[in-house]
Amino acid sequence: MNNAYLPFSSTVTEIIRHTDIEYTFRMSFDGKVKPGQFFEVSIPRYGEAPISVSGIKKGTVDLTIRKVGKVTDQIFENYEGSTLLMRGPYGNGFEIRNYRGKELFVIAGGTGLSPVKGIVDYFADHPEEAVSTTLIAGFKSPKDILFREDFLKWEKRLQVIKTVDAAPEDYKGLTGMVTKNIPDLPVMDRSNTAFITVGPPVMIRFTIQEIVKLSIPEKNIWISHERKMCCGLGKCGHCKMDSTYVCLDGPVFNYAEGKYLID
Amino acid sequence: MGYLISRKAADQLFEKLSESHDIFAPKCFPGEGCFSDTDIIRYGQVRSLAEIEFEHRSDYSFKEALLAIHETLFYFTEDTTSVPACMDRRLLIFLRSCDLHALKRLDAIYLHNGPEDFYYKRLREKADFVLMGCEKTCDTGFCASMGTNRADQYDLYLKLNQNTVLIDCPSKSLRALINTSDAGVCEVTPDYVTENEEKVTLPENLSVESFDHPVWEAYGSRCIGCGRCNFVCPTCACFTMQDIIYQDNARVGERRRVWASCQVDGYTDIAGGGSFRKKQSERMRFKVMHKIYDFEKRFGYPMCVGCGRCDAVCPEYISYANLINELAKEEQP
Repeated sequence: MNNAYLPFSSTVTEIIRHTDIEYTFRMSFDGKVKPGQFFEVSIPRYGEAPISVSGIKKGTVDLTIRKVGKVTDQIFENYEGSTLLMRGPYGNGFEIRNYRGKELFVIAGGTGLSPVKGIVDYFADHPEEAVSTTLIAGFKSPKDILFREDFLKWEKRLQVIKTVDAAPEDYKGLTGMVTKNIPDLPVMDRSNTAFITVGPPVMIRFTIQEIVKLSIPEKNIWISHERKMCCGLGKCGHCKMDSTYVCLDGPVFNYAEGKYLID
Repeated sequence: MGYLISRKAADQLFEKLSESHDIFAPKCFPGEGCFSDTDIIRYGQVRSLAEIEFEHRSDYSFKEALLAIHETLFYFTEDTTSVPACMDRRLLIFLRSCDLHALKRLDAIYLHNGPEDFYYKRLREKADFVLMGCEKTCDTGFCASMGTNRADQYDLYLKLNQNTVLIDCPSKSLRALINTSDAGVCEVTPDYVTENEEKVTLPENLSVESFDHPVWEAYGSRCIGCGRCNFVCPTCACFTMQDIIYQDNARVGERRRVWASCQVDGYTDIAGGGSFRKKQSERMRFKVMHKIYDFEKRFGYPMCVGCGRCDAVCPEYISYANLINELAKEEQP
């Protein structure tokens, strides 16, 4: 019988430093994995934390980790030349086929960009597979911007709106919340759109209000819910919302169903 | 087909069972109740029939025989992990009808919701269940309302009379242990209650709108978030993952899972300081809706088995049964 609680060891092959507290750890991994899925990452003695996949390459997965808790603090202290324990991937993840042939709009806040980054990467590599792809990404301030090198690539191939909530006066980029940019999105055929929004719960709420104002059908909106996924196996109960388990049935939900998920 | 045997023969049967099984049953622990000079009935290993509390409902459920309060998932040293061995012997668990129905709920979560749970399954496969009948209703239980007052999925049924014992034994392997040479053969139907003092009507039309019902605040405002209702519940199955290190050597430790309560602070905390359901009324809503609404949506039957332990244990005298009746009352035309 398979013991799903036992982690496997994975080597840190590369580290990409975005900010002082946000690094991407490129981890060796050979199995099947989709954008939006997550791994339970751990260092024995400190515990486990659910981390979503922020990039997929042959033989590796990227985990973008924010140093905000007991486990992630340790990962930042102890990563050098080392291995991490992982189990997963868990969750449903984003399905590319839901977004092919559509006007795709991805709206992400802060580290919320991580789970959806695989989708942005895919359509940056295959721009012809979507009618158009637009990314609106918001960060707190210029120094909080993640995936700077990826943005350079995306800006060449996709419509990219990169904004920060607040910035020093000499900042040349856009400022303001992501929601400010939604009313002016160049939507051509509302019925053939796909919107994905990932970020803090408050951001998702206001983003959806703006999307709905554009008369976009609810079934064209996808969200990723954030909950405490303690076991990842549908057992521990921490991530239950209504009759769904975010770790099994989510974290990606179509908004037409996801909006009824209250807990 | 059942048997009538002497009490002495029943004690011999217990001896035989003890050879192959670790036997867990409700026991009275005198003086160990929450208040001074009170007793408590909870599960423990028993070595004779006389030790088993047949008369009163146990304050805590049987679930700790299958799901330890804290269970070691694996030990770790520097580079290696090792999984604790499972017990060699079989388990024999004495329980009542409501609890046997609760076992089905635990199975739903641990065997059928996502992948099978390694630790639960290996113990579950070793367990045999002995039904204890209920001659009269317990104080706060409402099993008749929940349809859990009768159970037939038991391996053995025992009813102790003054000098004799009635037995029904659907399990072939256990039946082989019964000395039938001087046993009387008779029909044995387990005792069960048909009516409880506590009656509960489940609301039929719960929905997303029920989340705004005033009953949550009315009942939840009295809750102090101690989590006792979860810990006595035979169907509450939540846990939290936890790493511990040994005091004498911080490089060695174990990963465990420990019982968790959705009523207690910290249950929903996520890294970075976020949390959901900060108010007790929201937590109570979460628990009650799980017991009588969303579990049923997922698995086809309500989670609550009406054992009434939560109402008996609440230090704030909050009645979950009354809360459900309040919800149902609103639906009356």
